[in-house]
Amino acid sequence: MQKFEQHNGIVAPLDRANVDTDMIIPKQFLKSIKRSGFGPNLFDELRYLDEGQPDQDCSGRPLNTEFVLNQDRYQGCSILLARENFGCGSSREHAPWALDDFGFRVVIAPSYAEIFYNNCFKNGLLPIVLSETEVDELFAGVEATEGYQLQIDLHKQQVVTPGGKTFSFEVDEFRKHCLLNGLDDIGLTLQHADAINAYEAKRSQEAPWLFSSFK
Amino acid sequence: MAGKTLYDKLWDAHLVKQQEDGSALLYIDLQLLHEVTSPQAFEGLRLAGRQPWRLSGNLATPDHNVPTTAKEREIGVEGIEDPVSKIQVKTLDDNCDEFGITEFKMKDLRQGIVHVVGPEQGATLPGMTVVCGDSHTSTHGAFGALAHGIGTSEVEHVLATQCLIAKKMKNMLVRVDGQLQPGVTAKDVVLAIIGKIGTAGGTGYAVEFGGEAIRSLSIEGRMTVCNMAIEAGARAGMVAVDDNTIEYVKGRPFAPQGDDWDKAVAAWSDLHSDDDAEFDVTVILNGSEIKPQVTWGTSPEMVLPVDATVPDPSQEADPTKKQGIERALEYMGLEANQAIESIQLDRVFIGSCTNSRIEDLREAAAVVKGHTVASTLKQALVVPGSGLVKTQAEAEGLDKIFIEAGLEWREPGCSMCLAMNADKLGQGEHCASTSNRNFEGRQGFGGRTHLVSPAMAAAAAIAGHFVDVREFNGYNG
Repeated sequence: MQKFEQHNGIVAPLDRANVDTDMIIPKQFLKSIKRSGFGPNLFDELRYLDEGQPDQDCSGRPLNTEFVLNQDRYQGCSILLARENFGCGSSREHAPWALDDFGFRVVIAPSYAEIFYNNCFKNGLLPIVLSETEVDELFAGVEATEGYQLQIDLHKQQVVTPGGKTFSFEVDEFRKHCLLNGLDDIGLTLQHADAINAYEAKRSQEAPWLFSSFK
Repeated sequence: MAGKTLYDKLWDAHLVKQQEDGSALLYIDLQLLHEVTSPQAFEGLRLAGRQPWRLSGNLATPDHNVPTTAKEREIGVEGIEDPVSKIQVKTLDDNCDEFGITEFKMKDLRQGIVHVVGPEQGATLPGMTVVCGDSHTSTHGAFGALAHGIGTSEVEHVLATQCLIAKKMKNMLVRVDGQLQPGVTAKDVVLAIIGKIGTAGGTGYAVEFGGEAIRSLSIEGRMTVCNMAIEAGARAGMVAVDDNTIEYVKGRPFAPQGDDWDKAVAAWSDLHSDDDAEFDVTVILNGSEIKPQVTWGTSPEMVLPVDATVPDPSQEADPTKKQGIERALEYMGLEANQAIESIQLDRVFIGSCTNSRIEDLREAAAVVKGHTVASTLKQALVVPGSGLVKTQAEAEGLDKIFIEAGLEWREPGCSMCLAMNADKLGQGEHCASTSNRNFEGRQGFGGRTHLVSPAMAAAAAIAGHFVDVREFNGYNG
């Protein structure tokens, strides 16, 4: 997994609540058996005027010019500013894969759906929770200033605005540690193999039916 | 000290290790696998040179991509016409063969939607932890299990370690008191709950559904309720074990037998919240007041009783909500204050992990029996949840009732719930659907989904628009 320590980037505002993972990456693209290549289809139904197909060259497709990612001022963006309950719905990890593949490193929103939030950390993508008031303030800042950028520091757990204003955010210690060091958590869990074996030995005595085979 | 909730008990029984930083290693009894969210996990195992920790902790079946026409199903995976879907299903077959995981392949009578198959086989048991790379894994909580969806990285983690890195959720009790009116089903109950607490109301909570109305639901009804816990933001929903749960599990192919069965039943008797357990939040609904529900918008919380009218954004004070209503009305092609019953339908879909079990099909068949699908409808699909549900329905003659009424009787799979196969809505089409999500584009590009119960979908198929099934001609509840 790619490390995340600091990031400085252009902010794109997506001003709608309850953005679901079907919207982030529609189902027809979930047929891929790879982890990469989802970027051109990120927000496919909002971004293009036609219906996208898997493995299609998107360069000639008609664009919805009103959609934020199609506007000149947000080109090169890497921080997505969003509203509450971002990433609700399906558990598809293709959603963070698509955000990452497009070039996003950070999402900022007042709240997230849990599975999406969890999936972000597994992919080096930082989902930051700020209060509704702070998110409102950022939306206003982005709208007022072309090329609006934010500085994100995971060590300090801070978001810094162009004007030097600082917002602090919370992040779980374990997730922060994994993200800062780009750690593979399967490797970390396997360090506890003895504990897992001991659990299984005890549990299979108490509840042997949980360990029978499906053959 | 206060007693434990059902969730507390399930958590404690599966705790392998509690870390100082608040995270924990939680043991997973059963992982269900399907073709969409597993290929990258198997690839991860291969790249790291890892093997599954415990093969018998995993069970697989393809469901999302599989075609539902008999013709395309005749020869199994090779018959899938969409080449991209075919590769994905074949990849699941190959991965399960390579690693030695039990899979019900397309030609297996036991194939079906993972959340129908697990309980049907007795693979899902009370007291288990169950995960799957699918958010509707909450379904299995109906058995007094801790069950929730995970992402693909976590699928790989569970394959490799049989554990999940987890953090304990908070406890919420949703209590539905009283008795449901005839014609009001589990689906209406859960839609009413989502309407009350909102699509993020359960975020961060493990939700236990209780109260007289929940207790009086069949096990399949409880599965419908738990299935949609995620639509209220709660990853896990659950219902305490009672005699009905045990009766439902008994004799299923993978259920314990003999002495093990007696031991298991004794252990399962504790799978309920203690009388003095404390919940962080309790939400109470009066079941007798719940009417048949219909979603009008693009989020499951945008739901109303069938006799209501579509909301008027000008009456909404909150600007974000107002904007949400306006956007939903525009997408759905509806007018403010329009009666729900006046919404004309193009298609009807009866199926999905929410409502494709035998009781759902019986409920729908009872409504359509002796009637004919409205001539204005382009299509009405009935897609059973598994090969065994299909066989059972045919043994009861339900297929004939549907076909005689003008509905199509299909092969099992996820189908039009998310339109990864050929079953989908056209742009602008309205669909009465027994599935779980009415998001923009969910059932097809530009498609307009209205979530309802099987009985309501069946009545709508006959009328061509929504009608209150309680008053539907010829329906006896």
